Amino acid sequence: MPEITYREAIRQALRYQLQNDERVFLMGEDIGAYGGSYAVTKGFLEEFGPKRVKDTPIAESVIAGAGIGAAMAGLKPMVELMTINFSLLAIDQIVNNASKLHYMSNGQINVPLVIRMAGGAGSQLGAQHSHSLESWYAHVPGLKVACPATPYDAKGLLMTAFDDENPVIFIEHTALYTLKGEVPDEPYRVAFGKVDVMREGTDVTIIGYGGSVWQCFRAAKTLETEGVSAEVLNLRTLNPLDTDGILASVRKTNRAIVVEDDWEFGGFGGEIAALIQEHAFDDLDAPVLRIAGADIPMPYNGRLEQAALPQEAEIVRAVKEMV
Amino acid sequence: MSQLANKPGHAAETAPDPIELLRMMMLIRRFEEKAAEMYARGKIKGFLHLYIGQEAIAAGAIAALRDDDYLVTSYREHGHALARGLEPGRVMAELFGRETGVTGGRGGSMHLIDSSKAFMGGYAIVAGHMPLACGLALAEQYKGTDRIAVCFFGDGAVNEGEFHEALNLASVWKLPVLFICENNLYGMGTDVRRVSAVIEIYKRVPEAYAMQATQVDGMDVLAVHDAVSEAAERIRRGDGPVFLEMICYRFRGHSMADAEHYRDKDEISVWRNLDPIKQLTEKLRADGGLQDAQLDSLTSDVEGVVNDAARFADESPEPPLESLRLHVYKDAADA
Repeated sequence: MPEITYREAIRQALRYQLQNDERVFLMGEDIGAYGGSYAVTKGFLEEFGPKRVKDTPIAESVIAGAGIGAAMAGLKPMVELMTINFSLLAIDQIVNNASKLHYMSNGQINVPLVIRMAGGAGSQLGAQHSHSLESWYAHVPGLKVACPATPYDAKGLLMTAFDDENPVIFIEHTALYTLKGEVPDEPYRVAFGKVDVMREGTDVTIIGYGGSVWQCFRAAKTLETEGVSAEVLNLRTLNPLDTDGILASVRKTNRAIVVEDDWEFGGFGGEIAALIQEHAFDDLDAPVLRIAGADIPMPYNGRLEQAALPQEAEIVRAVKEMV
Repeated sequence: MSQLANKPGHAAETAPDPIELLRMMMLIRRFEEKAAEMYARGKIKGFLHLYIGQEAIAAGAIAALRDDDYLVTSYREHGHALARGLEPGRVMAELFGRETGVTGGRGGSMHLIDSSKAFMGGYAIVAGHMPLACGLALAEQYKGTDRIAVCFFGDGAVNEGEFHEALNLASVWKLPVLFICENNLYGMGTDVRRVSAVIEIYKRVPEAYAMQATQVDGMDVLAVHDAVSEAAERIRRGDGPVFLEMICYRFRGHSMADAEHYRDKDEISVWRNLDPIKQLTEKLRADGGLQDAQLDSLTSDVEGVVNDAARFADESPEPPLESLRLHVYKDAADA
């Protein structure tokens, strides 16, 4: 199987959609002539033309809203908001319109829209460019939220997002674009709402999504050398959430840790911890732990930034205290 | 009831039928009065924003459009829904929150939707629906049709960021959108003069957005019809979006909860003299185009339709509790 980057995997899914579905078009800031701020759509304007690949003004609300409107009229738009930080300017459209129209219209209207954005921290971009707000979108009924962690997931989840009849928030992690992995050339789908057991284990379940999956994975490898068998779950999608998959793993290992880049307070880790204690309390040998970002605006300084993000060593230490 | 609706194949952009326009304005007026009565009787809950005083705009504009032109509106949209031909009984049932309502009791007064009539909804976040109009128009431009999207909003919307974003995008991409600002002089209880740097809203548009903009007497249904016909024709030709500012006045409060401390009785009575229904009735009588018997018959027709609507709503069932979680997502089980 060919090894390609996370970026290339996303490009493959987008090219497939543009080539195979006339209803699909892309729009966003600097996705055309510039080639995309993370170079995901480089060359697409030349290949598919300005009707299919539209450069927009820097106006996130109307970009999202026009995507919603076009989806209401039967097209299949892919809107790129560049980063999750800028999506805050489109949140009225996403929360008040995209997520609600199917329900409010009593099923008359649906919004088959893919909204892509890059999220995450770790590149010293400061407080306004380092958000991990996946849980905000996962909180809203009517939205689906995908957070690919691998090149394989990036392509397969994006293909599934385009098949979906609902608005999908597709959150890519900025630190992963150059990550390489095995990806089939042919089109394939990765189902929403099914965890990927990236590594099997028996002593503890370490749960991550998006970028944090790799801290979990590295921690599990270190723990193995110290005689602890850790299972790593990659959630793939936060909404729908594979509650059964999480519980099955926890019932086997009897311990769980959730790792996320997002702030701990009110974050997604709390939701998972609550689900586990509600449904698998008797299976637990220890309280469910959260290892999350520090509850602070992200500092610019590199040492401070790393101290604010979950680290492999922290996970290893926490697991050793648990088992 | 069907004669009140926009007939299929209604020839848009032609001379209006003044009697039809009068009938539609009368229907909207009586419907709204009945809604107020039903609200007072506790049959309608939540927010209820009446359109009384502004009927000329929905009636005149929508009669000048094609039936497949998209409409998106603010939350003061009962009049637009009726003018587009949504059944009065199903609209009233929606206000009552009943299963037979246009959105099965899920939307309510502020979210009337009937996509089969290209009535793409009432929206309750000020200016939040304006980007949707751009998207609907973009889709038709993409498909190569000559359908247009028409976006109704109030003067309160024009200081929102989404107003600016939508007008700019529509102009840059020459989208087939008609923006209709219903300037009733108050954003809820705030006089437009207190919060807008440029009070004559249409004057902002040509220079800021390179878009044609005109001010129209929104109390004159024939003037509204003419302006919208001309604008729609231009947009359909592919000449880009148009902005119309309709000067109007709502005779009732912002919503049923409004005690109206912010405007005086004299001002209201001046505008009541410009009542669009009264103006057209007087004009038609003077021209000899409307006889007493015909007016009586229109009055009783409309009265019958509205009473039937209220009865239909009142006799309709509540949505079943088992339907609570239906239509959150569209999927195979949601057919």
